[in-house]
Amino acid sequence: MSWVTQTLASSLGRKVIMSLTGLFLCTFLIVHVAGNLQLFKADGGRAFNEYSFFMTHNPVIMTVSYLLYTSIVVHAIMALLLTRHNQASRPVKYAYARPEANSPWSSRNMGILGTVLLIFIVIHMRTFWYTMHFGPIPMAEYDGKEYKDLYKIVLEAFSNWWYVLFYVIAMAALSYHLVHGFKSGFQTLGLRHKKYTPLIEFLGVWVFSILIPALFAAMPVYFFLKHVGVIG
Amino acid sequence: MNLESKIPEGPLAEKWARHKFGLKLVNPANKRKYEVIVVGTGLAGASAAASLAELGYTVKAFCFQDSPRRAHSIAAQGGINAAKNYQNDGDSVFRLFYDTIKGGDYRAREGNVYRLAEVSVNIIDQCVAQGVPFAREYGGLLANRSFGGAQVSRTFYARGQTGQQLLLGAYSALSRQIANGKVKMFPRTEMLDVVVEGGKARGIITRNLVTGKIESHSAHAVLLCTGGYGNVFYLSTNAMGSNVTAAWRAHKKGALMANPCFTQIHPTCIPVKGKYQSKLTLMSESLRNDGRVWAPKTKEDAEKIRKGQLKATDLKEEDRDYFLERRYPAFGNLVPRDVASRNAKYVCDEGRGVAATGLAVYLDFADAIKRDGRTTIEAKYGNLFEMYEKIVDDNPYETPMMIYPAVHYTMGGLWVDYNLMTSIPGLYALGEANFSDHGANRLGASALMQGLADGYFVVPYTLGDYLATIGHADKVPAEAPAFKEAEQNVKHMIDRLISAKGERTPEELHRELGHIMWDYCGMSRSAEGLKKAKGMIQDLKKEFWTNMRVVGDAEEMNQALEQAGRVADFIELGELMVDDALAREESCGGHFREEYQTEDGEALRDDANFAYVAAWEYKGENQPEVLHKEDLIFENVKLTQRSYK
Amino acid sequence: MKINLKVWRQKNGNAAGKLVDYKLDNISPDMSFLEMFDVLNDELMHKGDEPVAFDHDCREGICGMCSMYINGRAHGPQTGATTCQLHMRSFADGDTVIVEPWRARAFPVIKDLMVDRSAFDRVVQSGGFVSVNTGSARDANETPIPRTIADEAMDAAQCIGCGACVAACKNASAMLFVAAKVSHLAVLPQGQAESSIRAERMVAQMDAEGFGACSFTGACSVECPKSISLDHIARLNREYLGAKITSEAV
Repeated sequence: MSWVTQTLASSLGRKVIMSLTGLFLCTFLIVHVAGNLQLFKADGGRAFNEYSFFMTHNPVIMTVSYLLYTSIVVHAIMALLLTRHNQASRPVKYAYARPEANSPWSSRNMGILGTVLLIFIVIHMRTFWYTMHFGPIPMAEYDGKEYKDLYKIVLEAFSNWWYVLFYVIAMAALSYHLVHGFKSGFQTLGLRHKKYTPLIEFLGVWVFSILIPALFAAMPVYFFLKHVGVIG
Repeated sequence: MNLESKIPEGPLAEKWARHKFGLKLVNPANKRKYEVIVVGTGLAGASAAASLAELGYTVKAFCFQDSPRRAHSIAAQGGINAAKNYQNDGDSVFRLFYDTIKGGDYRAREGNVYRLAEVSVNIIDQCVAQGVPFAREYGGLLANRSFGGAQVSRTFYARGQTGQQLLLGAYSALSRQIANGKVKMFPRTEMLDVVVEGGKARGIITRNLVTGKIESHSAHAVLLCTGGYGNVFYLSTNAMGSNVTAAWRAHKKGALMANPCFTQIHPTCIPVKGKYQSKLTLMSESLRNDGRVWAPKTKEDAEKIRKGQLKATDLKEEDRDYFLERRYPAFGNLVPRDVASRNAKYVCDEGRGVAATGLAVYLDFADAIKRDGRTTIEAKYGNLFEMYEKIVDDNPYETPMMIYPAVHYTMGGLWVDYNLMTSIPGLYALGEANFSDHGANRLGASALMQGLADGYFVVPYTLGDYLATIGHADKVPAEAPAFKEAEQNVKHMIDRLISAKGERTPEELHRELGHIMWDYCGMSRSAEGLKKAKGMIQDLKKEFWTNMRVVGDAEEMNQALEQAGRVADFIELGELMVDDALAREESCGGHFREEYQTEDGEALRDDANFAYVAAWEYKGENQPEVLHKEDLIFENVKLTQRSYK
Repeated sequence: MKINLKVWRQKNGNAAGKLVDYKLDNISPDMSFLEMFDVLNDELMHKGDEPVAFDHDCREGICGMCSMYINGRAHGPQTGATTCQLHMRSFADGDTVIVEPWRARAFPVIKDLMVDRSAFDRVVQSGGFVSVNTGSARDANETPIPRTIADEAMDAAQCIGCGACVAACKNASAMLFVAAKVSHLAVLPQGQAESSIRAERMVAQMDAEGFGACSFTGACSVECPKSISLDHIARLNREYLGAKITSEAV
């Protein structure tokens, strides 16, 4: 084995892959949430649709998006491998264990949270990504140029109460996943320092675990409330 | 019996250097052909095994714990002495030598003690190079503290865990040699006999504690680094597993046992609470630097405290007796261990002891906290206070600690010459297992020094001399009849233990032995008491072999069986200790005979008649042991009565 | 006080085990947890039953031998303490106390509550040392080490090797143990020469022994009798990655 495969096959190496892909996905979340905020713009979806067009046609973004898909797949596969390895490390379980006494729930259930997120991603991509790429999708016209009207798909999807509920649950899972995952990513890379770790922990909690999932969850809730006429 | 100490000729400061030059060397190419067995992996054993392997010898190391890192050296708290004079306070090799020999009440050999002081400086260098994180000053240089009443600051320490750090250093060196294949390690293996043939030690018989298998191991030399026998008192600060078995079985094979009655009672231990108590916990001696020892002035107050009607903090200053400060104005609370312990006992014997049992005195930090502030005291002793609180459930920052003396260390042990060889050629004893360097009383922070001195810097030289002399062909294979016979004897003893179907557990009998030893051969001894104890121990021995019971099999993990074997040896040792205490008609260091004291109750030494090492020879089951005397010659120090007034 | 015990009994490594109920009266709150086991064993032996095998030695929290998983936690409910430092006053009269051995693939059961932790020794043998032969050291004060560095090293070095970190970790990971050793030597100048190879070898041995990976739950540090910090795990990660990327070993 070369040193690269040897490193990546070690328990620490696998964790590094988890960390790098995970942190990369975190940066994607920032872009994704920022872009999607345009849904709240009261322009009938024009800004959002133009943004969607840009995201699906810019070559740099398209390259990055393939990196993104790969990251999701690698993150999931690596998680599966690590979980199997970790479970094998304790073949006989304790008859009675009280892990809640020594560690936060989220840190012990990253696999479950991740599975929820994976299911979410599949459904989410089927609804929007697949429709955007492979249709059928209505068209909108701004300044004489045709755009795929993804905004309309969003409106349609978020008029479903169970679909909205599923999104909210998934975002709660995201919140718990990131409250542990973001800071752990830095720990795995050995980036821990008296001065900077508090900042990382602050960002992990307030930005990645609260702000971003809350903004994401606000979108389906907003459109649903709009749909049922609670808000104008 | 030839008790030749082999102390080299010449001026004291040159003895070791001259001796080293005179020792034969083993050709480097031949070293791997020599096999050495090291029993025990504490400071002495681990350092010896690692150093010998580094030299190229083929080493087998044994310990009864699950890992060599767990030997009881790990529990030493305070520190390790070395004559570095980093503090520029007037320390020197000679001063460390002088303090040690005086502290031992002039019952140790000058040559051995001087060598110990001499190599002490190398130990610190070696440990630092291994990565032992000693305490440091802000400038990055090593910190020292004064310890155990020494007038200079020569003690190096790593928080309250010096023994742990030194042992982990030696363990890491040992681990490196295990990885190199130079040391084969046998954890969870207990040595049960030494094989002697043709007058030389040829190997050992062991029991694998997991499978119960009895095995023979052959070698050119055997090093016993098996620690002290303080557990003969049942309650001591030793680990539960600490035992005399290896040393005692060697004794029965002909190795002389020297000064067995010299035991050290440490003054600052957490008092006994109840009958179930399994061991005593030491609080580092350093506490006496700031704590003041006292007891109520009157029996009435003490009585009220014992009944819980009065609290320590309620007692006014004038109702307290700071008895060490009162009796020893010069040294005060910092008198040597034996003196501090004995005085605590007197106070309790007078009925002025505290705690429910009446067997405790106070160690009070109120004044120190008032003077230096709680933060300073916390920085110095935080971990000790925490430990105390965990055990006693009482906050020593607010109420005074309660302390009582407990058995801590045994100065006696297998007799060895200057080369650390016992009276059986090829059999060595290192560290606490030998008797050599501390005389009748050990000073604080000297045990770690001796263990590492023996292992790192003495035996690697002296063993080579023996091996070069005998040659590598002089070895008896493990298949030889001598081994088979020894195996049979060991199996026979195990059969006797396992087939006993009496009523009492080894633990109960051990506890009973402990009571006898503590009452009659503890802090103060008298001819009358010792004679009574001898009879009681003989009765106990009968009881052991007729009314003891071990549950389980011999061919499996069986902790009760292990304990039974150790208790059997402790009982025999106990009797010898009583004989030794009876024969030594003087008071010195840890050995205090009530008949021999000054008018104000201090130990009265008799240098004219007892300046010797008492080396006992085993003569067979239930036969009286024979006393051999090695006269101690003092050419460099003047024998004075110790005075700490 | 009265205590209802459920204790894991297993004849040897190959036999099946089970929890067995014992009732103890007359337990003093001042007893240590192990002294309570002494009482149990005394009763068992008087009845002619085999006593419970368990590792213990110094009984003052430093040798690292005692190792019981008590009521769902390594070394029981008290933090910063070993099993031998736990006292019965931490329990209430009539409590049921479940006692199991450490559970990990790398720590096979020997008998009852006793496990084989030699995997830790092999990890240290793979690189947890400074290669310095006896006698070749220079003066101890020749290399000044800032006090903060010495303290940091000591924080890591005080690990007692009990294995509570492995027992408490949901993955039975030995990261805190390995990190403590690597970190102790990595911060000191004496450990520098071998710092890369040490991290690489010790991690490789840790994996070979069958310990799990680190999920950074923090359970190890909470249950560690010496409260060793997770900072050391970060340092191990850093040392290991740095070593893998920069070392000349291919």
